[in-house]
Amino acid sequence: MKNLTRKMIVNTIGLLFFLVLPFLTQLFEQEYLLSLFSLILIYGLAAASLDLILGFGGMISLGHAVFMGIGGYAVGILAFHKYDASLIFGFDGSENALITWSIAIAAAGIFGFVTGAISLRTKGMYFIMITLAFAQMGYYFFSALSKYGGSDGLSLYTRNELLAFDLSDDVTFYYICLAILVVFLSIAYRIVNSHFGKVLRATKQNEQRVQVLGFASYRYKITIYTFASAVAGLAGAMLTNQNEFASPELMHWTKSGELLVMVILGGMGTLFGPVLGAATFLLMEYFLAMYTEHWMIILGPFLILVVLFAKKGLYGLLIGSKSKDD
Amino acid sequence: MLLFIEQLINGLQLGVMLFLMSAGLTLVFGIMQVINLAHGSFYMIGAYVAATVTIHSGSFLLGMFAGLVVAAIIGMIVEFTILRQLYNRDHLDQVLATFGLIFFFNELSRIIWGRQPLFMDIPTWLNGTVEILPDIHYPLYRLAIIVVGIMVALFLYLLFSRTRLGMQIRAGATNRDIISALGVNIKLLYTLVFGLGVMLAALAGVMAGPILAVEVGMGESILILTFVVIVIGGIGSVQGALVGALLVGLVDTLGRAYLPTILSSIFSSQIGNTLGAPIASMSIYILMAVILAFKPSGLFSVQNRVDS
Amino acid sequence: MKKITFLVALVMAGALSALGAEPVKIGMITTLSTKAGYLGEDIRDGFKLAIAQGEGKLGNIPVELLVEDDGRKPGKGKQIAQRFMKKDKVQILTGIVFSNVAMAVVPKVVRSNVFYVSPNAGPSALAGKGCHENYFNVAWQNDNLHEAVGQYVTEKKFNNVYLIAPNYPAGKDAITGFKRFYKGKIAGEVYTTLGQSDYAAELSTLKSKKPDAVYFFLPGGMGINFIKQYAQAGLNKAVPLFGPAFSFDERILKAVGDAAVGVINGSQWSSDLDTPTNNEFVSAFKKAYGRTPTLYASQGYDGAMLIGSALKAVDGDMKKTNAFRKALNKADFTSVRGNFSFGKNNHPVQDIYVREVIKDANGNYTNRIVKKVFTNHTDAYAQECKK
Repeated sequence: MKNLTRKMIVNTIGLLFFLVLPFLTQLFEQEYLLSLFSLILIYGLAAASLDLILGFGGMISLGHAVFMGIGGYAVGILAFHKYDASLIFGFDGSENALITWSIAIAAAGIFGFVTGAISLRTKGMYFIMITLAFAQMGYYFFSALSKYGGSDGLSLYTRNELLAFDLSDDVTFYYICLAILVVFLSIAYRIVNSHFGKVLRATKQNEQRVQVLGFASYRYKITIYTFASAVAGLAGAMLTNQNEFASPELMHWTKSGELLVMVILGGMGTLFGPVLGAATFLLMEYFLAMYTEHWMIILGPFLILVVLFAKKGLYGLLIGSKSKDD
Repeated sequence: MLLFIEQLINGLQLGVMLFLMSAGLTLVFGIMQVINLAHGSFYMIGAYVAATVTIHSGSFLLGMFAGLVVAAIIGMIVEFTILRQLYNRDHLDQVLATFGLIFFFNELSRIIWGRQPLFMDIPTWLNGTVEILPDIHYPLYRLAIIVVGIMVALFLYLLFSRTRLGMQIRAGATNRDIISALGVNIKLLYTLVFGLGVMLAALAGVMAGPILAVEVGMGESILILTFVVIVIGGIGSVQGALVGALLVGLVDTLGRAYLPTILSSIFSSQIGNTLGAPIASMSIYILMAVILAFKPSGLFSVQNRVDS
Repeated sequence: MKKITFLVALVMAGALSALGAEPVKIGMITTLSTKAGYLGEDIRDGFKLAIAQGEGKLGNIPVELLVEDDGRKPGKGKQIAQRFMKKDKVQILTGIVFSNVAMAVVPKVVRSNVFYVSPNAGPSALAGKGCHENYFNVAWQNDNLHEAVGQYVTEKKFNNVYLIAPNYPAGKDAITGFKRFYKGKIAGEVYTTLGQSDYAAELSTLKSKKPDAVYFFLPGGMGINFIKQYAQAGLNKAVPLFGPAFSFDERILKAVGDAAVGVINGSQWSSDLDTPTNNEFVSAFKKAYGRTPTLYASQGYDGAMLIGSALKAVDGDMKKTNAFRKALNKADFTSVRGNFSFGKNNHPVQDIYVREVIKDANGNYTNRIVKKVFTNHTDAYAQECKK
């Protein structure tokens, strides 16, 4: 009980902080920082989705960023055609978030399902590599689409329209990101603590045993993989809106590596940890870069220290070390 | 036809470089069960040190020697301090820690050598071309790389099949616990294996120096290809690394050379020109996916224990 | 470094605001890393030289230069531009080296009521249909230098030329520009990957096509690798190389040495261009930095002088945007290259030369002007510009 309370306190403080952030930035006249925090929320979403397959499903994917890329390009391409007034596969382009974000989710989810089905036939190191391969394929594919900018990327002229909200207002956009993240985390929390989630976590511990008990572990894994990739697609759509830019860089394996770093830094298998991990990573990048252009030389050893000594990540440190599983 | 032969040799040369990189990596992963993302960093360190020493001393061989030695020393320090802590950890921790090492080495190189690439010259005694077949003039230096690669392959073959150490390494790759039980000094074996792997990577970096530019991040680009190679070849198998490396080298080179032309003849030349290169780069990943679909553990898989 | 600049600026701003003369901020987004990092360095150093000569002022108005590295990444360039505009409230941006970065940054910048002066990248998209009244290019339109060599190669009666460029907007512009004035046959047209290091495969194919000349555009370190590998393959003795100045700047020459001697390249500027302004510039640059300026440095310098002339005209008051724009357009400054004015699409109207790579009396590799190919040359896209 004691740990649950501490966890609840940490989570509540975190949520409150994010809620009042826009006011804080205005107070300190650092409005610009708000975009950084929107980025944190978006990457937090992507990292949390990765945590579902990594921390709970036990699948190490080095290619998760490709789903962000697909979601991002869905938004970019649809916006391109809207601006161009041309058709894509017979449809008009669109800048309506309800349409574009839905397509982003669907496209990423479908790609996740197809590649997941193939990848999950392998294990361990091979699984890591094949997820990497699919991500690189995505990277090279979009780099080759010169109509949509190729390796130079695609600029959006404005952000999408979402119902009555004006997404080009940074504060509005920030709250939408926060809302989406909170909704996702609640859903994910439910999933993870459900029957489905229990089987999934058991699979991570010992797949053979789970199979012997009569569960088709493959089905559980592919389901969560597809779900996670769809969510990453949404994160990608939001990211493209935030930056007003989509490029193949989004899906490069180093980006996937960064997502992994965020998950592990924050605390794998905790859902909220990855958000903290995303915040830590991006904030370190931002602030350290102001002091020295060689900030990576600090980040590197920091990561190593976290791995060696803070096994459950930073979030784990915060909520105490007596955790139920592992 | 002549062009095709020349491109074959180009592919061979790339394959040899990849073999040097992947032989070390597959051993490290196969024996020590450690994923080392920082393998590419040793490639880079070898290149940087060699370039610096060559530029200042004027001797390529001295530079090469320096590159190998420094890389080996740094490698052993890394193994002793960081890697040892990771042997019993899960893959994830290893990925993260070695990812951190990449950041560290990249930034350290930037601090020491700056942001601009270093340009190394080919030693004059390796300059020029050789007429290996009538009308095919191939750069001597690239031939030298191929020769070095063959020598290394031979050396590794002899090491593994003829020496006691090699036997221990091979045994360690199949079952670590047993050889430890047989009284072999595991810690020393690991350090040696890691050192060997690092030196091979550094050798590849040193030789790549004069052709490519020595710059921060050069390790990451070849690292990806290296991982593809060992996955195709089968983790833990040096034989697999050789086959995989040659396969990847050939597919990549021939793809870059012929895909644009092939595409141009089927579609328009505009499509051929702009799509050719990207699809050629994708081709090795497609190759890997196809191979894994039929042989999920690579071509020459060595693993025969349950994955933890 | 940035922190110090920030603090100094803060103090300066604090002190000066009491006097009512805050320095005008200029944001420079340029490529300082990757194989092409020295391009950005030269642009920055040329620009800074102008400021240093003005003792911290351009056009007698105090300025503050903020510099950031885009790493040749369009996404990063965009982020930096956002930060400069939103956080630092900069109203003049400059510096971008690569056209792909420019395409990601410039359209949004100029539509946000911010001025952009390009000291290098000149993609055709921004010279024609995508032109904008807030966008000025003080260097050239991408095609220009290639057009000059295309003209020269035709005049020299080459008939079977092989073309190589990287696969990005400037690469395509390069080949288009060359082909606009080259009237012979094309032996081959190859697009490589941006940032590629190893050209073995491309060189083998090139040899097999037996061209009588090769025209290539590979800026920065890519050019170094290519030229070295070209010479290693023994091609430099058999098939003459041509290119724009970007493939033969002083840094590349220093790195490749003899392999490039004799090569003809096109440029709007050369260090041996004999005008008083240029002679002063070259010796001041050598004195300040200990190296010969490349054309990138000359462009950075001209960019600073251009901005200075406009700042002078509005007396440093950036609120007078219309007047500032007009002043920029007027180009009331003396360019180091001599003849200079703006066309209706805010791109230069200037002379273009071809130069030859030589080894001078001191053993240094440099360029020497051979011939003026175009006088008062504009670009092919000005007609499409309706701003």
